[in-house]
Amino acid sequence: MYVSPVRELLIKGDKNYKKVTNDITKPIVNKPGKLWFLGVSVTSLAAIIGLFAMFITVRDGIGMWGVNKTVGWGWSITNLVWWIGIGHAGTFISAILLLFRQKWRTSINRSAEAMTIFAVMCAGIFPLIHMGRLPLGYFILPYPSTRQLWVNFNSPLLWDVFAISTYFLVSLLFWYMGLLPDIATLRDNVKNKILKPVYKFLSFGWTGSVRHWSRHESMSLILAGLAAPLVLSVHSIVSFDFATSIIPGWHTTIFPPYFVSGAIFSGFAMVLTLMIVARKTMNLTEYITVGHIESMNKIIITTGSIVGIAYITELFMAWYSGVIYERFTFYNRALGPYAWAYWIMMTCNVISPQLLWIRKLRRSILFTFILSIFINIGMWFERFVIVVTSLHRDYLPSSWQMYKPTLTEIAIFAGSLGIFFTLFLLFIRFFPVIAIAEVKSILKSSGEKQVNITQNLLENE
Amino acid sequence: MNKYWKSKEEKQTETRVPGSQANRDKEDSSLEMLFSDSIISSGATRRDFLKLFGFSIASAAIAASCEQPVRKAIPYLIKPEEITPGKANYYASSYYDGNDYCSVLVKVRDGRPIKIEGNKLSSVTGGGTNARVQASVLSLYDESRYKSPTINGEIVSWEEADKEIINRLNIISDSGKEIILLSNTVISPSTKAAIDLFLKKYQTAKHIQYDAISASGILEANKATFSKEVVPSYFFDNAEIIVSFGADFLGTWLSPVEFTKQYAQTRSLTEGQKRISKHIQFETNLSLTGSNADERIPIKPSEEKTILANLYNNIAPAFGAKTFKSPECNYNTEVITRELIRHHAKALVISGSNDVQVQIIVNAINELLGSYGSTIDLDNPLQHKKGNDTDMHNFIESLENGNIGGVIFYGTNPVYDYPKSEIIEENLKNCDLLVSVSTEKNETSEACIINCPDSHYLESWNDFEIKPGKYSLCQPAIRSIFNTRQAQDSLLKWSGEKKEYIDFIKANWQKNIYPESRASDFFTFWNNSLHDGIFELKSINKSVVTSVPVNILESAFNFFEKSSDNIEIVLYEKMSIGSGKNANNPWLQEMPDPVTTAVWDNYICISPRQAKEKNLKTGDLAIINNRITIPVLIQPGQAYGTIAVALGYGRKSSGKVAEGVGQNIVSFYQMRNGVRFAYDTISSLEKAGTGYQIAKTQLHHSMEGRAIIREATIEEYLKNNNAGNEIHKEIEKHHRSLYKEHEFSGHHWGMTIDLNKCTGCSACVVACMSENNIPVVGKNEVLRAHEMHWIRIDRYYKGNEENPQTVRQPVMCQHCDDAPCENVCPVAATNHSNEGINQMAYNRCIGTRYCNNNCPYKVRRFNWFDYTKADAIENNTVDPAGMTLDLKRMVLNPDVTVRAKGVIEKCSFCVQRIQEKKLTAKLENRQLNDGDIETACQQACPAEAIVFGDMNDPESKVSKHLKDPRNYHLLEELHTLPSVGYLTRISNRKKET
Repeated sequence: MYVSPVRELLIKGDKNYKKVTNDITKPIVNKPGKLWFLGVSVTSLAAIIGLFAMFITVRDGIGMWGVNKTVGWGWSITNLVWWIGIGHAGTFISAILLLFRQKWRTSINRSAEAMTIFAVMCAGIFPLIHMGRLPLGYFILPYPSTRQLWVNFNSPLLWDVFAISTYFLVSLLFWYMGLLPDIATLRDNVKNKILKPVYKFLSFGWTGSVRHWSRHESMSLILAGLAAPLVLSVHSIVSFDFATSIIPGWHTTIFPPYFVSGAIFSGFAMVLTLMIVARKTMNLTEYITVGHIESMNKIIITTGSIVGIAYITELFMAWYSGVIYERFTFYNRALGPYAWAYWIMMTCNVISPQLLWIRKLRRSILFTFILSIFINIGMWFERFVIVVTSLHRDYLPSSWQMYKPTLTEIAIFAGSLGIFFTLFLLFIRFFPVIAIAEVKSILKSSGEKQVNITQNLLENE
Repeated sequence: MNKYWKSKEEKQTETRVPGSQANRDKEDSSLEMLFSDSIISSGATRRDFLKLFGFSIASAAIAASCEQPVRKAIPYLIKPEEITPGKANYYASSYYDGNDYCSVLVKVRDGRPIKIEGNKLSSVTGGGTNARVQASVLSLYDESRYKSPTINGEIVSWEEADKEIINRLNIISDSGKEIILLSNTVISPSTKAAIDLFLKKYQTAKHIQYDAISASGILEANKATFSKEVVPSYFFDNAEIIVSFGADFLGTWLSPVEFTKQYAQTRSLTEGQKRISKHIQFETNLSLTGSNADERIPIKPSEEKTILANLYNNIAPAFGAKTFKSPECNYNTEVITRELIRHHAKALVISGSNDVQVQIIVNAINELLGSYGSTIDLDNPLQHKKGNDTDMHNFIESLENGNIGGVIFYGTNPVYDYPKSEIIEENLKNCDLLVSVSTEKNETSEACIINCPDSHYLESWNDFEIKPGKYSLCQPAIRSIFNTRQAQDSLLKWSGEKKEYIDFIKANWQKNIYPESRASDFFTFWNNSLHDGIFELKSINKSVVTSVPVNILESAFNFFEKSSDNIEIVLYEKMSIGSGKNANNPWLQEMPDPVTTAVWDNYICISPRQAKEKNLKTGDLAIINNRITIPVLIQPGQAYGTIAVALGYGRKSSGKVAEGVGQNIVSFYQMRNGVRFAYDTISSLEKAGTGYQIAKTQLHHSMEGRAIIREATIEEYLKNNNAGNEIHKEIEKHHRSLYKEHEFSGHHWGMTIDLNKCTGCSACVVACMSENNIPVVGKNEVLRAHEMHWIRIDRYYKGNEENPQTVRQPVMCQHCDDAPCENVCPVAATNHSNEGINQMAYNRCIGTRYCNNNCPYKVRRFNWFDYTKADAIENNTVDPAGMTLDLKRMVLNPDVTVRAKGVIEKCSFCVQRIQEKKLTAKLENRQLNDGDIETACQQACPAEAIVFGDMNDPESKVSKHLKDPRNYHLLEELHTLPSVGYLTRISNRKKET
């Protein structure tokens, strides 16, 4: 396969198939290090605290939170939207970039997909836990009831239920499909007596036969085709929670594209945060190269700019509409009591990604890492600004209120981070963090050694 | 499958036909056979084992897991004739607590009084109520009430208590020392008779009437000027101009229910009226009345007399009366003078002052203006507030001198609410007999030796005569819950009278009142009176008075307070708590003050300018005269150079609810010759700390230029009857929808609220709590904006911060026909009824609060915690006011679901009342009449500002109001199509330039 010489190579160093397998399965085959145990202890502790806070919430009531008569949703829905947003990168990378035949995705798609699934799991916690009567939460499902009760299909919250669960299911399937050949590789390499049969079971009898590969490939394409529209739909539907409402600052037609690009923006930031750490600690710098990081940064600058334009469009429309409530909401966002949150959002999401126009910064790992954290913070504040500042001063000034989270709410958020990172740490310990089979598929066309050999041959000729 | 057999016998049994009779018997003999002996001998089969196993597991599971608390509902053994389970009985009765009088109907369900409603037959209160009256039913179930008579804290029987008291009374009487019966003003003719009997029996006994909130100044002034020691009746409905000096007549002054009704009539523009009264208020702290005034002038309390004197001097020449020397005042009274003279005989000047000289000048002004006979009636005076401060002062002096041998406190609590309470408390110890006859626990009863708990008014018989010839009866709606006995029975016992009080009343009525009626026999007369709750004679013609004697008037001009720069403190009554008598009532504590919107506290109201100078802000603590530390609240409209603090807080013994709430401020009463003045100069006001949190239900006070409350002046209105509401027509034009609109083929319920009549008194707020079982959440929860009221009074300020204009608006669920809340609920827990009601299915609600977010009116309330003990999880109740105690739960309305933790609730348009009246109409085979259905808020409203009815009936009052050009809907530009309409507020002020 011809590869343009100007294209950056995707796999560095002297690699062959055996080496790829060994490099990537090393953390699974070997015993985990101290750092890993330390990480898991911290994250699982956070998860336990979060679970306890959730228990308190269910037992004592939503009154344990800072939400009130005016601001009915606070951190819970902020976190929901934030996590769902983070859960966008994985499927975007594996589905859309697969359909666009972007080869650089092979090194990062596995971990990004895993991240997606864990993020959606974390997101799913919040709409459940924020219900006043969680034990009756099943009312939200359209099940045949002897009392002939039916759900309200007009409600965006119901659409959320379908959108998020569909997205989760398809993402999970897609992820697992991709994992099958790698699990089989693990089955063949792992010596551990307990793990081996587990991998054997999980590999579904994968033998690597041509028939298997053929089905695997076509299934991957079908799922990618299914998942690609979901990437766009799920956050659009989440944005409908706000867009279809009557509250100034929520009732905006720009929300679906704005939310989707914001989601990809934040998702990529989270992937970067995780991958920059993982490639170093797991010795995968030759697979996840500066070139990969640069590619991701390019997506960040695209989506970040879309988000920036959306912010400015919103401000313009608030003025242009002539609606006093709408105008006030945006005035209040920028200059009201929550102005600090608004300006954190603006700085982190609009100004900071623009620095990526500079190539040096785009290829700087340290800068990218810091920026990715900034974007994660900024995107969290974006959701906070949307949820809280719109509600806290809406139509009737008599009901204007302030909202402040309680310890319980903070603990639940910390708990969701704990759950996310615990799951991710377990994932890198038991599954290959890079899709072995897929990397191997590009080794010939993008591996440094292979390309060099080919080029030498060509030059020699 | 082939079957093999080992023996012949086996083969024969096996070949029995399956399903034959014998076989089926065996199979069907269910579990019983498992326990028969035969099974043991026969040896259990696998199937039997499984049956037994399953049964025991199931029964163990049932026994172990389904532990439900047993709640017993015991039916009547013999059903009382008048009780139909599920149907309410109404008993006419009267509320009087020594301060407020109201003729009421008591709603009784299954033997429990659950709601107080106004009695429309009364010509005095006319079906109106106030918050205190509405809340009084909860005081019946106050767990801190005394449960039986006690001597030195020991529970005794009534016989023992009586024996002890009579014994001591005789000893004291024989020793020549005085026995004092200290009561509130008694307006009951029969109680008076009973007291007379008591006084006759014990020669040294004396009856002193003491009112916590005194009107002594008015009494004295009328005595001096017209030789009638009375508090006159006022007729605000006859007044074209009302000038009030610090009299909060819509909120707390004398008879606010009656006055509000009258006042609202002069502000009404719905029945074709073309004029409204002009109301000018001079006052120090922004009161409910002041905030409704057309013009409000903040003054220092010490300036009041000077202004009145100047006013008199300006008016006098027009009527050829003599003027007197008076100091200059800062306020130009000429405009008011002109107005008063122009409307003479239709004018009314009042003052809330307790200064007899001030009241004399007020009398003189009214006399010149010809108000007597038109807006004031001395011959049919209000009978309450007869307490003379001098009597009380003398009593305390005698107490100090040791002349008093025994005191019986009947309903009074001077140890708490008298300024020199510590003197009383100390000297009481020297008395031989201290008896407290009180409904509720209080500081005085705690200081007494013998406690003879009085029954609550809902457990008592009584009669009242609020004005001469305006009789009303009070009848028990429940048997005494505790071992209490009503005060009059106690007095009769101690007087040696054998009769029960009810018989005593009857005898009294037969002798004195029955002859004035035209009834054929006493039995009919009594039953009719009891049924109606009232018996009213026609008033005698209103009096015309002689002019105020010159020498009296001159003496009133002889002393003027020198104006100083010192800060003056004003003690005021809150709408809810009043003098503090009802402080232990959680509904009243949680009722937002209509001015400050604060709950569960008293505080220093200070003007913004003063606060700046003193470097104080809301939430700081300030110390007054180095004596009392109270939180500060910056109150626009508070006169500069003054502060105001509410009475009635800082209760020490009152029960759990009120104890520790706020500070007692009575020691700041200024005493002049024994007369209590509710203001004083203070020597210092210093910042003493920060960080105190005052729980307010409203934090933002400007309308931000939004057309929320629409208003106009009367001039504009007369020119253009949709003045201030022009935008309504504009918006109506845009009325169209892509979707099919709701169709209401039957009823379509709607409501209108006349903002010109509504004063913001908040009777509706408490009535709604009472009707709809709304939880009380306590101060901490209100601080977190978790209050649960279904109806709230929004209050906005406009204009100058030092003296703003105030507007109010009651807001409840607007029952939008295009409701934003309905389409966002994922489980359809809130939906639209075919009669236009936005209804909540609590059972279906899962608590996403999406509806609450999407409600532009923010009227939906979420059950943040288990406030009601209705939650399935135990031990998570948040109930600071004890509302979930079994005793207090008796007040719950069985027609309204008690909501559990985690569900949204809101105004239902009192759907239970609608349903009840619809059923009644159906049973009577008739159409519903307009006005049949009254919501709780509407019923409670003394101003009749709220109208409810069927919008599909073009003749209904609500339809007519909705067609009024003044009508508009809140946030109507959102096209939510609310079923609630508001009528613009029309004020009688000059148009602002």
